[in-house]
Amino acid sequence: MTKITYVDKDKNSKTIEVENGLTVMEGAIQNNIPGIDADCGGSMACATCHVYVEEKWFNKLPKAEEGEIDMIDMAFEPKKNSRLSCQLIVSEELDGLTVTTPEKQS
Amino acid sequence: MIKTDVIIIGAGPVGLFAVHQLGIKGLKSIVIDNLDKAGGQCIELYPDKPIYDIPAVPECTGEELTGKLLEQIKPFKTKFFLNERVDEVKQEKDNWIVKTNKSNNFLAPNIIIAGGVGSFEPRKLTVKEAEKYEGKSLFYSVKNKENFKNKNITIFGGGDSALDWALELSKFSKIYLVHRRSDFRGAPHTLSEIKKKEKEGKILIKTPCQLDSIVGNENIESINIKYDDGKKEKINTDIILSFFGLIMKLGPIAEWGLNMDKKTIDVDPEKFETNKKGIFAVGDICSYPGKLKLILSGFHEVALASVECFKRARPNEKYRFEFTTSSKTIQGRLGKK
Repeated sequence: MTKITYVDKDKNSKTIEVENGLTVMEGAIQNNIPGIDADCGGSMACATCHVYVEEKWFNKLPKAEEGEIDMIDMAFEPKKNSRLSCQLIVSEELDGLTVTTPEKQS
Repeated sequence: MIKTDVIIIGAGPVGLFAVHQLGIKGLKSIVIDNLDKAGGQCIELYPDKPIYDIPAVPECTGEELTGKLLEQIKPFKTKFFLNERVDEVKQEKDNWIVKTNKSNNFLAPNIIIAGGVGSFEPRKLTVKEAEKYEGKSLFYSVKNKENFKNKNITIFGGGDSALDWALELSKFSKIYLVHRRSDFRGAPHTLSEIKKKEKEGKILIKTPCQLDSIVGNENIESINIKYDDGKKEKINTDIILSFFGLIMKLGPIAEWGLNMDKKTIDVDPEKFETNKKGIFAVGDICSYPGKLKLILSGFHEVALASVECFKRARPNEKYRFEFTTSSKTIQGRLGKK
């Protein structure tokens, strides 16, 4: 189990213990975290699980592959620290990771 | 009023296979979809991406899968109503009446909702002034090129649609191409054409930046774009074209009185019927314990739903389970001798 913190647009934060091997998106869906829609179910086809990753964590994450970067183009208000949470796989190394959800997903 | 045995909402892979499963049982169906072609997410979101988990098909793309499914249902000569969205569902005794946004009416004892995550709509620009100009000088698709001649046009986006239209419209208009990063995603040939046009001064590329605001009264006069470093730039523009792909909206389905959990419809895993008798939900849009959003699960769901559809459409006939390998009746329906 790894602690992941989800912060919404109003700065409300929720810290959840997510099972290793799940994605940050799945952790949110299973725990009814609002702000992550994940319409396509994690197939990197919709950009509705878009999150902003805290800077100090952003550089520690495995780099986004091309398909993810292309999809982030479609996301709502993408920024430099944008990622799709369906591509972030939870592991011990991510303990303490904080992600912020955008104002809306679509 | 068009009468049929089953109204299928959604022309994705599961909706298409529904036609097959109903057809081999001798049931007629029609298919309604909001997009302009069959295939659903397979065609719209990942036509070129390979799929590896269709049983007995080691690898195929979304486009290939759609093509094969269409071929498989050809014998049933099913009528498709594309570019149409179902707006209303009403009960009339043992039948359902479905009304679309194009005012077509359908009557059937069964509805199969194979709606995926809802209908696709263009992702809109988020600056608040955008809505005011939509359809007048701001567009999310190009319907008639003639309206885009001899103008200053700003195109947003970095994918195929943005690049293709930048090239096409640069033949007779001045184009600004704005993208949030410096890399574009397109076929190598398209990218080299864009470079060529840029050298000729026909396409001006602005990256990495995003739309900041739109200025104008009745029509757009100019826009401000904002670079990553915070610097702003004004561009005189008559028309904005924005290509940020499609989003899925559940739309009117939420108002049909079905039991729903978030964006999915509750069904029983035996008949895939909703809380309304004769309305079924299959594929990504349905939920039941253990549900997996896989195309192959949708195929299974629709096979079972079609049995109940038969019972409702032919209450005086007995349903007989048959194999396609041995049933002369089924083979006849498939046009095989």
